[in-house]
Amino acid sequence: MSASHTIDAIAAGVEAASRAPASNAGQISEQRRQSVRRAAEAPELVTIRNLKMYFPVTEGALLPRTVAHVKAVDDISFSIRKGETLGLVGESGCGKTTTGRCILQLEHATGGEIIYDGRNLIGLDRKSMLALRQKIQVIFQDPYSSLNPRMKIGDIIAEPMKVHRTEPDKAARIARVRELLRLCGLDPRFADRYPHEMSGGQRQRVGIARALSVRPEFIICDEAISALDVSIQAQIINLLEDLRDEFDLTYLFIAHDLSVVRHLCHRVAVMYLGKIVELAECDELYSDPLHPYTQALLAAVPVPDPEVERKRAHKIVKGEVPSPINPPSGCVFHPRCELANESCSRIVPQFRELKPDHWVACSLV
Amino acid sequence: MSKLLEIDDLQTHFFTSAGVVKAVDGISYDVNQGETVAVVGESGCGKSVSALSILRLVADPPGRIVGGSICFEGRNLLKLSEDEIREVRGKDIAMVFQEPMTSLNPVLTIGRQLTETLEQHLNMTRERAVARAVELLGMVGISDPGRRLKQYPHHFSGGMRQRVMIAMALCCEPKLIIADEPTTALDVTIQAQILELMKDLTRRLGVALIVITHNLGIVARYADRVNVMYAGRIIESGTAGDIYHRPHHPYTLALLRSVPRMDRPRQARLDPVQGQPPDLTRLDDGCAFRPRCGFATPRCAEAAPPLAPVDAGAHIAACWQAASVADALKRAS
Repeated sequence: MSASHTIDAIAAGVEAASRAPASNAGQISEQRRQSVRRAAEAPELVTIRNLKMYFPVTEGALLPRTVAHVKAVDDISFSIRKGETLGLVGESGCGKTTTGRCILQLEHATGGEIIYDGRNLIGLDRKSMLALRQKIQVIFQDPYSSLNPRMKIGDIIAEPMKVHRTEPDKAARIARVRELLRLCGLDPRFADRYPHEMSGGQRQRVGIARALSVRPEFIICDEAISALDVSIQAQIINLLEDLRDEFDLTYLFIAHDLSVVRHLCHRVAVMYLGKIVELAECDELYSDPLHPYTQALLAAVPVPDPEVERKRAHKIVKGEVPSPINPPSGCVFHPRCELANESCSRIVPQFRELKPDHWVACSLV
Repeated sequence: MSKLLEIDDLQTHFFTSAGVVKAVDGISYDVNQGETVAVVGESGCGKSVSALSILRLVADPPGRIVGGSICFEGRNLLKLSEDEIREVRGKDIAMVFQEPMTSLNPVLTIGRQLTETLEQHLNMTRERAVARAVELLGMVGISDPGRRLKQYPHHFSGGMRQRVMIAMALCCEPKLIIADEPTTALDVTIQAQILELMKDLTRRLGVALIVITHNLGIVARYADRVNVMYAGRIIESGTAGDIYHRPHHPYTLALLRSVPRMDRPRQARLDPVQGQPPDLTRLDDGCAFRPRCGFATPRCAEAAPPLAPVDAGAHIAACWQAASVADALKRAS
């Protein structure tokens, strides 16, 4: 622990303890409204149209033949504006990570378009893609498996600069690594250490420094804080926010923790079984969720307050997520939905704008 | 209510090449009949090791219970012979683990794993055991239990496996269930289902429950009493209301303030707990939370504060500055 950490800790602790929980809430929401408005007026940076990602399921070892498809992402469309943080939430297997991987071109989408800054990434040649990949970076969930244990921290952070030749001069690269470490709240001396010498939170800071090394515009955060301890999560959330403001970054924030998403995101898209079921501005989605799945998801999150919990109605959604190999007909949520009627099993609901900027895929609302 | 389990000054240490790790360093708490007690803390704070110690499941070497006592219905579990403790495991005290895939045997059917316990512990005949297994699977909400009994763990989803684990835990009608992060590997909607199921079953069957978790929301919803652990020690203990509304330890306070809450207006910034969790091989005599604490004074470096009562009830906290923490909180609200 460095001395500056300790001083920070004392300052923050006293400050925190003497501040009311929601004393300047009015001012905060005004600041936030401004930033939401700014983002809402910005041009679209990423546009996803009818994206489909089907993985073949094969049988037979010698001559494998395709017997079915896993529809990991099934015809989704959304856009991310410049400077915006879009939250993509849903449970495991809903396709949120696959969506991120498609944008990064780590998966070759089955269909649809991914327009980044006016260019379709699908079908782009390797050379142009490499150039674009400098602008699109990713932060992974597990800081233990996403850092090479045999590389020093400094080399890990410098790697993207070598690949993209942004910093050809070695001395400049070393200086940049030190600057990035400082920026991400780490001691520059960490450059000579190995990942195993660091805690989970520190490793995640390294992952962030690596993503920032080539000055990206757009960062995909794939469950970037899920593996961290509660006390460390808030540190990383604050860091992501600071970096967003400082470098005017655009985030796709993939997560399953709904309270964190609410804190960080401007707009939120809810995915279920390969489809986006609801998309709205953050406050709107949390205060007036329209899709029964969104409602169930929000109700399932326990609030850290015993009194609030006692008074809260606990509506629990029954059943489990069906297999994406053979998804339910009609609305994919209908087998678990309380409101479902006979037509829900037949008719695929339209994804429609029910209120201004509030999209939902449910025929019953 | 009478005391079912009394843990007194439990110490479990790990003897590693890097030195002695005091994973559990003198913790004491008790559990009444039918009560739900939570142990909260972050990874490495010793909460899981303390749970494993109750059933003497800590791998030796490197771990060893070096002191204290664990009395279950008046019997000290640490003094029992290997045969006697095996009788207690699963029968009087059952465990539900975090990762249901690794705690089920992949090459045995679900039915075999359930009936084995029933035949071993309760001397049931095969037929009676199967009938009871069907009943148990039905109880934990698995439909078509007769057919499911013949299936293997890989046929079950994560949530279903955790239901099977709970059914196994309930097999011998234990008096106490220890659930170690029972829902951490599950999705939120499934987590809610499993927690409701456990709450419902413990109420109905009068089983006491120890929930080990890092999730403050789960604790708020389900626990009667809460123990907060940090660096191998309990640093605060009390009713859920005490801990959430009147925290007296800076760590408890910081932990509560660091999570964004959906029921409150959004904060401009979160108040994280600064710094990193401590290295357990390098603890000194002072308070382990001192380097991250905003209330620390020179006294905190001299000696670790003992757990002391902070009110007339059973609310205790281990902090020299407990009064100032409470004051600061009162001023703030």
